[in-house]
Amino acid sequence: MMGWLAQHGAAALLALRRLAIAPVNSLLSLLAIGIALALPAGGQMLLSNALHLAGTSSAVPQISVFMAANAERRAATEIESRLGKYGGVKQVQFLAREETLARMKANPGLRDVIEVLPANPFPDAFVVTATDDRPEAMEKLAIEFRQWPKVEHVQLDSAWVRRLDALLKLGRTAVLLLGALLGAGLVAISFSIIRMQVLTHRTEIEVSQLLGATDGFIQRPFLYYGVLLGLGGGVVAWLLVGAAALWLRAPLGELVQLYDLTLVLEALDARDSAVLLGFAAGLGWLGATISLQQHLRQR
Amino acid sequence: MIRFDRVSKRYPPGLDALSDLSFVVAEREMVVVSGHSGAGKSTLLKLIAAVEKSTGGAVLVGGQNLSGLARSALPFLRRRIGMVFQDQKLLFDRTVFENVLLPLSIAGFHPREAAQRVRAALDKVGLASREKALPVMLSGGEQQRLAIARAVVNRPSLLLADEPTAHLDQETAEDVARIFHEFHHVGVTVLIATYASELFPGARRLQLDHGRLLP
Repeated sequence: MMGWLAQHGAAALLALRRLAIAPVNSLLSLLAIGIALALPAGGQMLLSNALHLAGTSSAVPQISVFMAANAERRAATEIESRLGKYGGVKQVQFLAREETLARMKANPGLRDVIEVLPANPFPDAFVVTATDDRPEAMEKLAIEFRQWPKVEHVQLDSAWVRRLDALLKLGRTAVLLLGALLGAGLVAISFSIIRMQVLTHRTEIEVSQLLGATDGFIQRPFLYYGVLLGLGGGVVAWLLVGAAALWLRAPLGELVQLYDLTLVLEALDARDSAVLLGFAAGLGWLGATISLQQHLRQR
Repeated sequence: MIRFDRVSKRYPPGLDALSDLSFVVAEREMVVVSGHSGAGKSTLLKLIAAVEKSTGGAVLVGGQNLSGLARSALPFLRRRIGMVFQDQKLLFDRTVFENVLLPLSIAGFHPREAAQRVRAALDKVGLASREKALPVMLSGGEQQRLAIARAVVNRPSLLLADEPTAHLDQETAEDVARIFHEFHHVGVTVLIATYASELFPGARRLQLDHGRLLP
């Protein structure tokens, strides 16, 4: 067991030594891998933040029911009672037209416009939360409410949530696709670098084989080299994404504020960071394995 | 220890390096294989170390038939054999110590025990004071002694050497030959392919001529 551990320790040290022997080459390789990984990792960071944003805003889809402008309060009370008893309705919030007017007047940008109007332009309204918030169920409710007397307009507020959801799905697919493509690129980079390493150390490989080395013994330092290369590239990608998050935080925060939302752009969390580093190390190992097996098969 | 039973080795496109070769090397024996250049001496050693495969007959080492040997079993056979190569095959980017350490690392020795064995092997060949040197800093004779130290550090039961005294002056060659004799005296089976068979008095001789064993 000690001997086996010592072999691994020696192989890892040898791999580190080989990385350190040509620092410029190693650094450029790490940068190439890091930049390739930073793209999907950056996409994942933006997605996570978008998901967080969607989660903190009113993501529960609602239906707004607007009464006719000339409808009396009695009609609104009847609708409220009907809504309260309706099967698919979970919660009803009544917004009296006076209340809406007062809220709008509180907005400095709208106050002047509203004050010149001869009468309150806002109708009584209800915000309805449904028991089933699937788009088709919500749509069915909206159609039903539109038939009711004195109801002027029914609006489904779930549209933006669906749009955001569709956008997030698209983003997720794009990140996966990008990750797969650039991952394949990373395997190719690792393959080529390890191939060069194998050619550089072919005398050592030949001597080791003649002295009784197994394929595992011969492969080990190269596999560690591939893993270190991938891991190093992963660290570079993590740093790049972290720097980008810091840089984009202020302008993005200002942008989302225009939509009455709050967002502090966060870099990759612990789970995503671990996935990134594991993914990078795994791909480095895969590239090295393919390269070594091809070399050993040829012998 | 070694048995050749009607062994042939043919290289494409039809060059016979060895033909119908039969002989036995007993345990603890010292044998010198001599012959002109191209007689098949190196090929014979390569067959014993399973670097090459015979195209006919059977090669047995330690009772094991090498023609039926699985690729995965090859490393374990080679760990029992010490080899001194004609071109030495030293690693020039590693120190003397690291070169000798390699077979022990391969065999999975504990680092402390490995270090002791390396120092003992270097002491045996007179290189104890050069362990930190790179091979390029050694003379031809020292490089050959380094190759021998690497071959014996695993304490193999069989030692093969291909032209171990080539390119050495007479005094250094005698010095190297003496080391082989010492290993033979402690019970190691030694098989040496050489032009200079006179350096190994007392060893049994096998004379090769165009891949055939002369009577």
